[in-house]
Amino acid sequence: MEYQILWFILWGVLWAVYFMLDGFVMGAGMLHNFLGSNDGEKRVMINTIGPVWEGNEVWLVTAGGVTFAAFPTTYALMFSAMYTALFLLLCALIIRGVSYEFRSKEEWPWWKSCWDYAIMFGNFFPALLFGVAFGNIFAGLPIDATGFHGSILTLLNPYGLLTGALFVLLFLVHGALYLTVKTTGDLSLRANVIANRLWPVLLIVAVTFLVATQYATKLYGNYLATPLLLIIPVLAVASLLGIRVLSAQGKPLAALAASSLTILMVVGTGVAGLFPNMIPSNIDPAYSLTIVNSSSSLYTLKIMTVVAAIFVPIVICYKIWIYRIFRAPVRVEDVLADKHAY
Amino acid sequence: MDLVTLSRLQFAVTIMFHFIFVPLTLGLSILTAYMETRYVRTGDETYLKMAKFWGKLFLINFALGVVTGITMEFQFGMNWAEYSRYVGDIFGAPLAIEATVAFFLESVFIGLWIFGWNKVSKKVHAFAIWMVAIATNLSALWILLANGWMQHPVGFVLRNDRAEMIDFLALVTNPNGLLKFAHQVLSGYTVAAFFVMGVSAWHLLRNNETDFFKRSFRMAATFGLVSAILVALFGDFSAVEVATNQPAKFASMESVWETKHGVGLNLLLLPDPQNECNSVEGLCVPKAVSLLAFHTPNAEIKGLKDFPPELRPPLLPVFLSFRLMVGLGSYFILAALLAVLLSRWGKIENQTLFLKVMLYSIPLPYIANQLGWVVAEVGRQPWIVYGVLKTSDAVSKSVSMGQVVGSLVGFTLLYGFLGAVDIYLLIKFARKGPDNDISTMIRPRGQEA
Repeated sequence: MEYQILWFILWGVLWAVYFMLDGFVMGAGMLHNFLGSNDGEKRVMINTIGPVWEGNEVWLVTAGGVTFAAFPTTYALMFSAMYTALFLLLCALIIRGVSYEFRSKEEWPWWKSCWDYAIMFGNFFPALLFGVAFGNIFAGLPIDATGFHGSILTLLNPYGLLTGALFVLLFLVHGALYLTVKTTGDLSLRANVIANRLWPVLLIVAVTFLVATQYATKLYGNYLATPLLLIIPVLAVASLLGIRVLSAQGKPLAALAASSLTILMVVGTGVAGLFPNMIPSNIDPAYSLTIVNSSSSLYTLKIMTVVAAIFVPIVICYKIWIYRIFRAPVRVEDVLADKHAY
Repeated sequence: MDLVTLSRLQFAVTIMFHFIFVPLTLGLSILTAYMETRYVRTGDETYLKMAKFWGKLFLINFALGVVTGITMEFQFGMNWAEYSRYVGDIFGAPLAIEATVAFFLESVFIGLWIFGWNKVSKKVHAFAIWMVAIATNLSALWILLANGWMQHPVGFVLRNDRAEMIDFLALVTNPNGLLKFAHQVLSGYTVAAFFVMGVSAWHLLRNNETDFFKRSFRMAATFGLVSAILVALFGDFSAVEVATNQPAKFASMESVWETKHGVGLNLLLLPDPQNECNSVEGLCVPKAVSLLAFHTPNAEIKGLKDFPPELRPPLLPVFLSFRLMVGLGSYFILAALLAVLLSRWGKIENQTLFLKVMLYSIPLPYIANQLGWVVAEVGRQPWIVYGVLKTSDAVSKSVSMGQVVGSLVGFTLLYGFLGAVDIYLLIKFARKGPDNDISTMIRPRGQEA
């Protein structure tokens, strides 16, 4: 049971870190056409995320791989139940990925404009679909002894869509703050204005989400049983408020740290509430997939633990190193001076 | 068509498309890293231009390889949920390890390489592309260990209504996976070598940047010759492994119907699966099949008739793909040998005919790669995990025909479109040639002109 708990926590952490890191990529991408008033500015924004987006997306691949390796029954049910949603998600992620590469390869205005839209939608749909998917995991799926019974329409319920909206807004604010920090001059100021304007909307959706969670899910049960866990949602709310306070004080980097913490804690709130379920059944709790009935064997979990203990710290080290190399903001002059840049 | 066929078709479309881009990535990353290392060592700016030019083509190709890889990981759960549930305990681990150990390394350092020209020293910059090259190859290792387990399952026990891992060491030392890994990455190097030689040939035929492309051609020729010979060598080891552990696949590759000792290899052969015989047999090399299978001339080969029809793979695709792959493989050795001789001791830029042949040879290693995939995967049918789980029992139960039709059409259209754009860009930048305007090249710190 210890290993299952360990891997459940790691599973939650992987998804949370993925959303924190890819969240600003998705946010910046969604704002691409709204913030970039000319080609130079759009290139600046692409160059702020260019060095890191691929490494960020690997957290998704790892989260998927860990779901498969540590909880194969959950992986099988989750991915087949959300078939059409995941198909759309894959298309969007594929389009987004190639857009960054293809956009700079021709000078025709229509070409660039097409890939600009591809960047926008290719980042919007994953944000929305991940939200819908996790909203449905939190609320539970129609599962019985024979598996999942539903379709994409089952997933597009009000609570799923609300979680989708929450993710989109979280990432928008997060991405706008990232661009505030990583760009200079007018572009940075406008990004900050957008972050501040979107924040009240995010607050309203977040409060609605917290209230709706009481009615649509059983997530709060764990918090009543173990009040110590309440620190996670409390931190989520505190950091959400912190975004506004820090941003108003002219500290965008601290505000970005706050929005990062918000994303980690929002995902953490959901995951801690799920425990010990991975996908609750909304037909009968007896059919829920739990960390016990859906996990790999103890042997496999131990092997995975050894691999993770060795390699995850290494990954974190070189990721921090790369972020440090690229810590300086990208200026329009830098991008325009290099016609080979993206 | 039924759900199983449709799901298989989708897997085939998505993996074969993914595999248009992966082999070039495997080889061109190494060549680019080597070029940049030469620049760092010698300070010769032609090598910097080479790393930049081939690196740009590498990146255009890389983009599509990376993004289509995620589809592969997701599809196991989406379309093959029963498979995932049944074997996830042992099959999931190599995929998760691949992401943690290799894919992170590759994706983080590619960012440094693309955007770090003026941010880090030239040594660190060259280090970045080496990390990418090592990581892509390491990725292939874990993927092929996973695939090797499907071909020759080891280190597991059937328990709790599923396959559970009991010996991780057996999984990572599975000869099937290790041999396929060697065979596969070397095929990737061959793709890259023929790609570089072909593009160089196009420019040499036009007297364009002769020095630059002669050097590129020569480097690729050596790389290609070594790779093509080793591909064949590891292919031969692989064949022995297949003959031992997957006799039905081996019998289909060679179209052997009757179990016999000392089976000969018919150079002319036309199988007739309906009548369970070969309608044409000729130019027989005595005992050659036995020799290939077990490295002993009188070894017994189990014929297809010894397997119940429902346990035989579809013969024609396996047989034809294998023959064609071997034929192409032999051609690569010959062409690469000529390329080495002509580029080292002859005036390659004057060999118009040979250069044309090399230009039109670019697609051939790609085709050989796809054929190899057909031999390995179609040859494993009707099993998804050889001898353990049938493909027909592996498909997702909760997914409808309509969903798979929709995603199959969607993937085909999207991939077709993006593939066309990518190939268009590859051709455009391949024709454009290297950038000679050194002043616009952002160079590693401390190297200002």
